[in-house]
Amino acid sequence: MHIDYLVRMANDIGAFFASEQDQGVAAASIRQHIQKFWDPRMRSRIIGYYNDTGGMDLEGPVRTAVQQLAEQTAAKA
Amino acid sequence: MHALDYIDPGTPAVPRPADGAVKQVTVEIDGFTVTVPDGTSIMRAASLLGNQIPKLCATSSLKAFGSCRLCLVEIEGRKGYPASCTTTVADGMKIRTQSEKLGQLRNNVLELYLSDHPSEAECRSSNNRCELHEMAAAAGVTESRYALPAVDGVPAGCNHQHSEKDDSNPYFVFNQDACIVCSRCVRACDEVQGTFALTIEGRGFGSKVSASQSESFLESECVSCGACVEACPTTALTEKSVLALGKAESAVATTCAYCGVGCTFKAEMKGEQVIRMVPYRDGHANHGHACVKGRFAYGYATHADRITKPMIRSKITDPWREVSWDEAISYAASEFKRIQAQYGPDSVGGITSSRCTNEETFLVQKLVRAAFGNNNVDTCARVCHSPTGYGLKNTLGESAGTQEFDSVMFTDVIMLIGANPTEGHPVFASQMKRRLRQGAKLIIIDPRQIKLVRSPHIEADYHLQLKPGTNVALMNSIAHVIVTEGLAHGEYITDRCEAESWEKWKAFVSDPKNSPEAMEAVTGVPAMAVRGAARMYGSAPNGAIYYGLGVTEHSQGTTMVMAIANLAMATGNLGRVGVGVNPLRGQNNVQGSCDMGSFPHEFSGYRHVSDDAVRATFEAQWGVPLQSEPGLRIPNMFEAALDGSFRAVYIQGEDIAQSDPNTTHVTSALSAMECVVVQDLFLNETAKFAHVFFPGSSFLEKNGTFTNAERRIGRVRKVMQPLGGYEDWEVTVLLSKALGYPMDYTHPSQIMDEIALLTPTFTGVNYQKLDKLGSIQWPCNEAAPAGTPTMHIGQFVRGKGKFWVTDYVPTREKSTSRFPLLLTTGRILTQYNVGAQTRRTHNVVWHDEDRLEIHPHDADVRGILDGDWVGIASRAGETVLRAEVTDRVQPGVVYTTFHFPESGANVVTTDNSDWATNCPEYKVTAVQVVKVNQPSEWQKRYRELTERNTRIRRRAGVHA
Ligand code: SF4
Ligand code: SF4
Ligand code: FES
Repeated sequence: MHIDYLVRMANDIGAFFASEQDQGVAAASIRQHIQKFWDPRMRSRIIGYYNDTGGMDLEGPVRTAVQQLAEQTAAKA
Repeated sequence: MHALDYIDPGTPAVPRPADGAVKQVTVEIDGFTVTVPDGTSIMRAASLLGNQIPKLCATSSLKAFGSCRLCLVEIEGRKGYPASCTTTVADGMKIRTQSEKLGQLRNNVLELYLSDHPSEAECRSSNNRCELHEMAAAAGVTESRYALPAVDGVPAGCNHQHSEKDDSNPYFVFNQDACIVCSRCVRACDEVQGTFALTIEGRGFGSKVSASQSESFLESECVSCGACVEACPTTALTEKSVLALGKAESAVATTCAYCGVGCTFKAEMKGEQVIRMVPYRDGHANHGHACVKGRFAYGYATHADRITKPMIRSKITDPWREVSWDEAISYAASEFKRIQAQYGPDSVGGITSSRCTNEETFLVQKLVRAAFGNNNVDTCARVCHSPTGYGLKNTLGESAGTQEFDSVMFTDVIMLIGANPTEGHPVFASQMKRRLRQGAKLIIIDPRQIKLVRSPHIEADYHLQLKPGTNVALMNSIAHVIVTEGLAHGEYITDRCEAESWEKWKAFVSDPKNSPEAMEAVTGVPAMAVRGAARMYGSAPNGAIYYGLGVTEHSQGTTMVMAIANLAMATGNLGRVGVGVNPLRGQNNVQGSCDMGSFPHEFSGYRHVSDDAVRATFEAQWGVPLQSEPGLRIPNMFEAALDGSFRAVYIQGEDIAQSDPNTTHVTSALSAMECVVVQDLFLNETAKFAHVFFPGSSFLEKNGTFTNAERRIGRVRKVMQPLGGYEDWEVTVLLSKALGYPMDYTHPSQIMDEIALLTPTFTGVNYQKLDKLGSIQWPCNEAAPAGTPTMHIGQFVRGKGKFWVTDYVPTREKSTSRFPLLLTTGRILTQYNVGAQTRRTHNVVWHDEDRLEIHPHDADVRGILDGDWVGIASRAGETVLRAEVTDRVQPGVVYTTFHFPESGANVVTTDNSDWATNCPEYKVTAVQVVKVNQPSEWQKRYRELTERNTRIRRRAGVHA
């Protein structure tokens, strides 16, 4: 799946939570949204991207959210 | 004429007040007593006793008029002979409906009418009923003392016979000869439809019914709703189908398969042939009204283009090959199995339809989850109302509209956002117009000047003509006014909403950056107008919001739905009759397909697949383990197809190649798949990329239920055998069996029983109850055995309502020097969605191509004249349409409909989408428009492809 497409989608989700003052809450909300609505292959693709690049194009708390997803997956494995 | 089996009580029921309390009155009619609500006419009260008083100018859909004087009665203690249609009952009244004197008076009236009316034989030859002859026969009047003496068989003297028939309308004829000038048609057009197209022209003997300024029906303002035809007591207005096909023998109640209003019809049948579709006066959504689509445009169901034999081909460049059902089913099943074996269990999926029944939708998602063993199921509601589901669930707790349609009759201020009901939801629009004529106020939020902004006897109080894509900015500034000017309902909020979320939201909207003045530059709407509209809604005793796809089909669609719910909560406009948040659904069963668990992340009743307890109930019932991870949504399926991880799909009754945005992208995704199975009535656009085609069945050919925009579940009843041999749900059963997961249903009622078993909001729904009540609004369970017209009474489904901060985030789709105009899309009354059905009917008389609306200023600078061919280019693609120069659109904005595939409206729309649900942003595309003289590259390719793909190799030989 095209990574640009996924990054854009993730950043769009992030934009909705942009007004959230508490960055921790924002990141958790973004992470939950991705967990609830993204099919596993989409999630693993964006986690792979994070692992490879540090999530360069992910904005603000979106990067933290994907980082948390990456850590969860690593912990499970 | 009204439905065959309808007993017309002559005058409407007394409107039920919001609190339901009505005074009852008891009267005696011909020695029998009856108790009726105060305000009921004598005629109606008698009818309830089974005593049908003769009448001509009265009918239950119209206010009593009192012109024919046929319905006279005697009242004890009163002088004279009052008309029973215009006289209301009073306690203790004693009424006589039969006497010698009454008989004389009535016979006289009948003879007068008959003297200038075609003979009974002539009327009968139209195959229609004639109430005048029926009344005369009942009274034993066979001849008229007033008949003109005939000279050589021709009446000597003035009469109204031998006038010219008006057959300009494709669906009905007006025959002046049979008109008795009772005004029922004129009143129906005014009171029921609200178009005011008919008048009585002239006076006295010269008076006659006339459409607009003595125009033909087709050229007049008439929108062909058929209300006048339904109301006409004689053969003067008769459906052409009745004239052509003969008298109906039976009538079956069913639900319209077009829009989300979900009108109830009586299909009048002669054997397996539909003679006509008449709106049913006891239908709860439509109360006897209909629109040109449901009423007349059903001819597609038996159109010659229907594909009735299964077909397969191994490559999409091959011609189609007709095969047996067995072969088609086993081929499809073996392909799915092969692909899953080769590329993994998650490489296949399905798409359910918002046009199919609840039962069919439920089965397709069951097949995907249980037989495919994954959650890759989605529905076309993805591309229209998925943000509604998400937004309302997170604020109020339930993914559905809060009211029934009738609630609008108690609304004081209507806020209409991004919806065009007179075109998209015509029957509800008529009801809304009725309320507006009674004096309700109207605020319209729309980039375009829709009809309701100004129409006969209606004028919007505010039209906030915002720039496309700035909904949320505007909504925030309305909320700003409500909160900062003290219009919020403190007590309601404290009682019913989460305090913390309220405080946060209050602080957010109060921020001066959200004030109408600050937002004016963004939205283009004058701050004073925003303030005025906000005050009007905020101070209304009952304010109701109605919205359509102009809200959802944006990158901030979900945010906007939340903003709407926020506003309704803040003003206390939820949880009673007359208020609410009301999404107007596009297709007939959008609500139903969402309810039935068509989304990849949730089971029926909106419960997430990761919920272990819920999943366990489905696993127990279906006998297989189910996945706990969400599957792919439609746009994700396309992406996954392009990267090779999604290779086969079973599509029931949807045309994603035409309806989804960025056509080129969609078609390359479809071309990349190895097995596309399409089940449809016609060889649609998607079928061009399909390997297997299963013939679908029309709504006339199957049993089931649809759920309309007010959560109303209504029965669809089979009136003819499926042309392809199977109802759609039966095909799914066959496919599932071939996949190794047998399902044993013999009737859709068993599927509904399973839905009820597994879905808490449906536990009380079954076919028996539907037959008894006519229709049911879910939730229907132990707490609400007869259903729930109004939701969130007392408390929100969620418990406490939750406010969400809705920051305005501008769309990525901005106008630039290369693409300086914003394209937005919509629909038109006579056509429906991708047009596959309506294009195959006479409705093309009104709309035979999609046009690009452009403002005179923008047209001028480009040298474009009305009717010119223009090229429309966006970042995604390019197409060519004819221009319509009009100031319905503002400068900088262009608009088109998308009913014709060759228009390629979606070739230009982009794949931007809503952040939460991936609902595409159809409503904003930056484009350039230039004058051209040839079709676009895409259109040329389209024609070649169409040519190639309709090649079918029939078993009997080769056909073009
Ligand atoms: S068809 Fe409808 S709009 Fe047309 S004249 Fe009759 S009532 Fe009016
Ligand atoms: S299309 Fe909609 S409004 Fe028209 S008849 Fe059907 S359900 Fe009613
Ligand atoms: S029916 Fe009462 S006056 Fe015509």
